[in-house]
This record gives sequence, C-alpha cells and structure tokens, in this order.
Amino acid sequence: MTGTRALRIWSKVHTWTSLISMLFMLMLCLTGLPLIFHEEIEELTQQQFAAPNLPGNVPAAPVDDVVRAAQQARPGDHVLFVTWRDEQPDTVVVSMSPTPKPMRGKFYRLVMDGRTKAVLGEERPQQGVMDIILLLHKNMLLELPGELFLGAMGLLLVVSIVSGVVVYAPFMRRLDFGTVRQRSRRLKWLDLHNLFGIVTTVWLFVVGITGAINTLAMPMYDYWRGQVLPPLLAPYRGAPVAQPSSLDQAVARVRAAMPEGRLSSITMPTAENFGSPRHLVVWMKGNSALTALIATPTLVDVDQTVPVLVPQMPWYLTLLQMSRPLHFGDYGGLPLKIVWGLLDLVCIVVLITGLYLWVAKQRFGGHARSRTATQPAEVQSTDARPA
Amino acid sequence: MSKPRRASHTTAQIFAAPLAIGVITALGLTTALLGDGLWDWISWIALALPVAVAVVYWQIGVKRAEPR
Repeated sequence: MTGTRALRIWSKVHTWTSLISMLFMLMLCLTGLPLIFHEEIEELTQQQFAAPNLPGNVPAAPVDDVVRAAQQARPGDHVLFVTWRDEQPDTVVVSMSPTPKPMRGKFYRLVMDGRTKAVLGEERPQQGVMDIILLLHKNMLLELPGELFLGAMGLLLVVSIVSGVVVYAPFMRRLDFGTVRQRSRRLKWLDLHNLFGIVTTVWLFVVGITGAINTLAMPMYDYWRGQVLPPLLAPYRGAPVAQPSSLDQAVARVRAAMPEGRLSSITMPTAENFGSPRHLVVWMKGNSALTALIATPTLVDVDQTVPVLVPQMPWYLTLLQMSRPLHFGDYGGLPLKIVWGLLDLVCIVVLITGLYLWVAKQRFGGHARSRTATQPAEVQSTDARPA
Repeated sequence: MSKPRRASHTTAQIFAAPLAIGVITALGLTTALLGDGLWDWISWIALALPVAVAVVYWQIGVKRAEPR
C-alpha cells in the first residue's frame, strides 16, 4: 500500500468520499450532539411524566385495569401498544390512536401510573424541537428514501475512514505521533486533522457503520414481517380483529415459557402489519446487560388455550438491535453520553479541518507543501494530501 | 524546528500509538455492553482516552509555538 501510485489513488478516494459525505456528516454530527442527551433534555423540558412517590410499597395494578383506565380517559380511541420503561418502573405507557392504523403525528402515548391507574400525562410524538432534530438526523424529513440515502452516506464515511488511515502513514513518516506544527495555518490544520482523525478512527467507524445498519431498520422489519410472520399467521390472515384478551394472563403465559425475560411491550391485536388480528405480541428482553438489548416477540393467541408461538429472531434483526446502543451511546449512563458528545465534537473538528485543507489546496495549489522541510519522502505529489 | 531531517519511521512505528488507542476504544465500546458498575467505569475511562490524547497533543503544539 506504499507505492506512490497506489497512495495517490487512496488519497483521491479519501478526498472524494469525504467531500461527498461531508455536509451530511456535519449535519449528522451537529444534530447527533443534542440527541445523545435527548433523555436529559426531555426531562428538563417537561416531556416526561414521572409517577409520584407513594407512601409504603404500593403493588402494581393488573395491566388490564390500567389499559381500561386509559381507554376511559380517551373513549373511542384504539390502544396499539402497551410499553414498560426501565427507567420508570412505576409507569405503564399506553400508545393510542384515533385510527386503527397510526397516522403520523396523530397518535400519542398516555403515561399511566401502573399502581393507581391515574393518567400522569400525554406524550405527543413529532411535535417538539427534539423530534424534528431526530427526524433530520434520521432521514432529513424525507422518510425512507432519506433514511436510505443517509445510510449510503454512512458507507461513504466508512470508505473515507479506511482510506484516511492508509494516507495517514506517509504524513507521519518523519513526524512523531501527535505532532502539531504551528509554522503555518495549513500545517497546523493538517496535523490537527491527522491527529484528531486517527484517535477517533475506531469510534467513528463503529458509530458510522451502526448508523448505516440502523437506516435499514424499516426494510429489515418489513422483510421479517413479510417472510417470517406470514407462515405463522397464515391461518389468521384477514380474520376480524379479535377482542384483546387478558394482558395479565398473556404475560403470565410468556413468563412461564421464558422465565428469564423482562417485559418490554405488548402489541394489541390489529389488522395492521405490525401485529396479528388474533394475537397479543408480547415483547420480552433479556435480563443481563447484553441480552437486555435484544427484544424477542412471542405471539399469544387471544384464545388463551392455544400454545404460544415464538418466532425465531433472524440474525439481521439481532444485528440491528445490537447496533442501536453502539450508535446512540446510551448504554453506559450519563458519563458515557458526555464522552460520546466529546468524541462527536472531535469528529466535527476533523470534518471542518478536512474541508479547510481541501479548500486551501484548491486556492494555493500544492506550493505550500514544498516549503516544508519535513515533507514525507514518499509523497512528492501534492495529490496525496487528505482533504 | 531547525533540527536536521529525522529518520523515517516504519509503518509499525507510525501505527503503534493509533493501534493502541484503537484497541482501547474498542474495549471501551464493549465493556459498557457487558455490565454495569465497574464495566461502565472501564468504558468511560477507555473512551475518554482518545479525547484526552487529542486535546493534550494539540495543547502541546500550541505551547511549543508560544515562545516564538
């Protein structure tokens, strides 16, 4: 990889993959920064509804009663999901919608006190600034095409990282690690670009590639729903949507089958393709730090006498679920989020210095290089400067 | 830097420090997945390292320039 010709090609690859993905990456880094702290920000801006501290040890009410209370609060609306949150053990979140198929911006989440059945508050999706930032970050407000486009940019980023590591070597032939020369602005920014880039390589690579995997979430789930669920649900297809049976009974049956798991959410019977007309889908996650990242669905027939169906989770959904925390940085408490934010800032510097170096090269050509005494012998060509 | 031309580093020398940082980063990314408490601490320290290295060397460069 050290031939001058090969190096020049690598350098061109680095320049162009970086330039093309540059603006999008900058947008992703900037919108990603507040998103790292979205939980903390939401806590500050009221969006979270906490259960009050009750004297004594008040036991959880039956889930069926909680859901009934939610329905009484919003008569006529459809219950779509019931969700439990790790960070709010005393609450039950009931997602509801005026239509059987949830419409964008129309459905909402009732946060219920899981013990007293009181409505604590109503979360409306896609209303606040944070939701808009999230959509920008996810798909630039362009839904699936935007999401897939950003995924492609993520792959370009990966190519740009790999080529960046390759062209790092010739620059450092005569420099010690971490040297930041101050002789000219060009050299200073070049050295900063190299230093900041090389120390964040592994982190950015992981965040980039897991981000690209995340952009495939929708197609992956669609494929799974289209390939794995239909054979299981074939006998029920087109059946009228059944009255949901007891959630508590369904949970108990799933618990019996998977005693290790923790309850994550329940999808109510539905004609829509995220569930089944005749089943409650009970999502359980594992108990350990690692298995808690992976949710497994179990189908419980509304006629509670039929054995539960446990569809095999395919490898690509496991990969997807594993890649989420590694992209979000939300799996190690607030200190990890802060470090994640700092790494993000370092990457913003890499992006901006990279752009500066490219612009400077266009303006002044390669002459600045030949003035430097520490010019790497292998790179006589001015093309081999990372941009 | 009016020193004479330095000897050329080998590829192994060039990548020794980045490789070490990369391995520690990968460790930091993994440990917080495995458990809480001590695992989280290892992760925080390991992932703070690349940031610290970047800032320290950058500041060393700035300091060197000041005497001029």
